Amino acid sequence: MSNIWIIAELAGDGSLARISAEVATLARNLAVASGREAVGLVIAADPTPAAKELATYLPRILTIEDADAGGHAWSAIAADHAAGLLADEPDALVLLGSGPDGRDTAGALSALTSLGVLVNATAVGWEQGGPTVEMSAFGGKLVTTSTFTTPGGIITVRPNAVTAAAGEEAGAIEKATAGGEARLPRVALGDHVAEASAAAPIEEARIIVSGGRGIGGPDGFGLVEELASALGGAVGATRAAVDSGWIPYAQQIGQTGKIVKPQLYLALGISGAIQHKVGMQTAETIIAVNRDPDAPIGEFADLMVVGDLFAVVPALLAELRARGG
Amino acid sequence: MHIVVLTKPVPDPAAAAERLGPDGRLDRAASPAVVNGNDEYALEAALKLTAEHGGEVSIVTMAPSGAADTMRKALAMGAARGILVTDPALEGSCVRSTVQVLAAALKDMTFDLVLAGVDSSDGNGGVVAAGVAALLRLPYLSNAARIEPDPDAGRVSVRRLTATGYDLLEAPMPALIVCTQVLGEPRYPSLKGIMGARSKEIASKSVADLGLEPGAVGGAAASTKVIGSTKPPARGATKVVRGSAEEGAHEIVALLESRRLI
Ligand SMILES: Cc1cc2nc3c(=O)[nH]c(=O)nc-3n(C[C@H](O)[C@H](O)[C@H](O)COP(=O)(O)OP(=O)(O)OC[C@H]3O[C@@H](n4cnc5c(N)ncnc54)[C@H](O)[C@@H]3O)c2cc1C
Ligand SMILES: Nc1ncnc2c1ncn2[C@@H]1O[C@H](COP(=O)(O)O)[C@@H](O)[C@H]1O
Repeated sequence: MSNIWIIAELAGDGSLARISAEVATLARNLAVASGREAVGLVIAADPTPAAKELATYLPRILTIEDADAGGHAWSAIAADHAAGLLADEPDALVLLGSGPDGRDTAGALSALTSLGVLVNATAVGWEQGGPTVEMSAFGGKLVTTSTFTTPGGIITVRPNAVTAAAGEEAGAIEKATAGGEARLPRVALGDHVAEASAAAPIEEARIIVSGGRGIGGPDGFGLVEELASALGGAVGATRAAVDSGWIPYAQQIGQTGKIVKPQLYLALGISGAIQHKVGMQTAETIIAVNRDPDAPIGEFADLMVVGDLFAVVPALLAELRARGG
Repeated sequence: MHIVVLTKPVPDPAAAAERLGPDGRLDRAASPAVVNGNDEYALEAALKLTAEHGGEVSIVTMAPSGAADTMRKALAMGAARGILVTDPALEGSCVRSTVQVLAAALKDMTFDLVLAGVDSSDGNGGVVAAGVAALLRLPYLSNAARIEPDPDAGRVSVRRLTATGYDLLEAPMPALIVCTQVLGEPRYPSLKGIMGARSKEIASKSVADLGLEPGAVGGAAASTKVIGSTKPPARGATKVVRGSAEEGAHEIVALLESRRLI
């Protein structure tokens, strides 16, 4: 019987990307349900650090060391090696994250192996010998469940589909060499350029305070930041705010930004357009401040405060300060 | 330069009329179609690049035959011509099939760049473009925030957005690039553009025209299927508060306290 494979994605410093810890946890659960083995695959110029981390989640890790991965775009290299390794495993199940690296690798691997792809899984179960994949469709109006009609397949998994949890004991790490030749062209990677952004990463935040067009300008985001820090949260934004240049793209939430699932989402001056909603509608608590009582966000917020955010937010900051929190 | 943009017609998200047909597939007749919003960014990037470096933009679409109307909008923005791969057999195509069909359509074309959107709004996951590039063995540069071709050198460099900034990528052309919104907002078609689009060519191609085996692609060869759907659990009712800023602030604090968020 073939394996459930996880292709590890890496953070900029070569450590394991957070999404891969979640995907590995999901794979371990599926291994129990299916009786298969969950195996992690780390492909990098120096796979050791990520492999060690991944071993806390999985019983078995294979590493492929490829010096090319240092100076070249990663996905083509990862897909080539994975396709070589899976050449004799038409019923392999491969899990990746649904972010840029995961998507890039999933698409290329599908083309090289002819495995089908199911995308943006919010949950994966196991029934009748195969995975059942839940995903959100039509802007969250529907949750569909899909399967593969073929024995194997590739699944990209959304952040926060599962909570990462270490396994009982650390897994074994083995070196592997991928079979086969390099089929995909390598793309030269020059510098990694870091952009000054003091902002906390929003995918991991428990609390997010987000600003939209109603914030009015870059200065208004000072107020958003103040509230975020008072609540111990991170700052998010709509595309309207990002396109206006008030805040970097990295903070955008929605269809073309990040998909987040915080405990609290506080939306300031945000109308709640469908493309924004798909990025935050699974937040546990949604609070909106909007001066338009008919703004669509009122249809899915828990609390909608109708009013001018430039009056409500200072009053809120004052009350938070008064209670000493 | 000749640039091909992959554009997909999708149900208009703003109309919110999407639904599944009895076969678990998207009922494409239920909803008005628009050009996938993210593909408009790719088209805009292509139009800017050809304005700067010379050349033309073509669009390639795989969709039901009615999609020609939607493609006119992209032509009105400034694309020179369209290729519509359409065939009843393609209904119900999975990602794998879509990749094969688009790759087959591109195989016989000459181009310097293929541009695609980050993802399509009707449920797919931003994987098609990577698959197309892999099948055609094209250099693949994704998540582009800036595209700088050097036609004389036959190379292109791209800023690929990362979690912390961007990576500088460089590859020979032809190459396939996935475009983000950071490249700039799509233009509105001018009246002249709209008039001109009426007479632009949209060439239709069938599965046989592309030299693909019937049955190798499309619904008959789908590698995935939808087996069920449910409505997500409804969120609780919204509490609406009107009144003074202080009252509003007080309600927020009360909710945060009751849910132990502060
Ligand atoms: C392909 C595509 C992808 C997209 N992807 C995304 C995405 O990833 N993320 C995203 O967010 N959007 C995305 N959008 C854009 C989306 O459609 C909306 O345009 C956007 O979300 C609107 O942002 P907004 O709510 O900030 O602005 P608006 O819709 O203009 O809303 C501003 C709100 O602020 C309120 N307001 C104004 N002033 C005040 C005040 N003083 N006090 C209180 N309230 C005030 C107004 O009543 C209004 O409701 C996408 C669109 C397309 C076509
Ligand atoms: N049927 C199609 N016709 C043309 N282009 C497509 C089609 N499907 C996907 N694409 C392209 O691939 C990108 C990613 O789509 P997806 O993988 O479906 O999210 C889109 O933004 C388009 O550029």
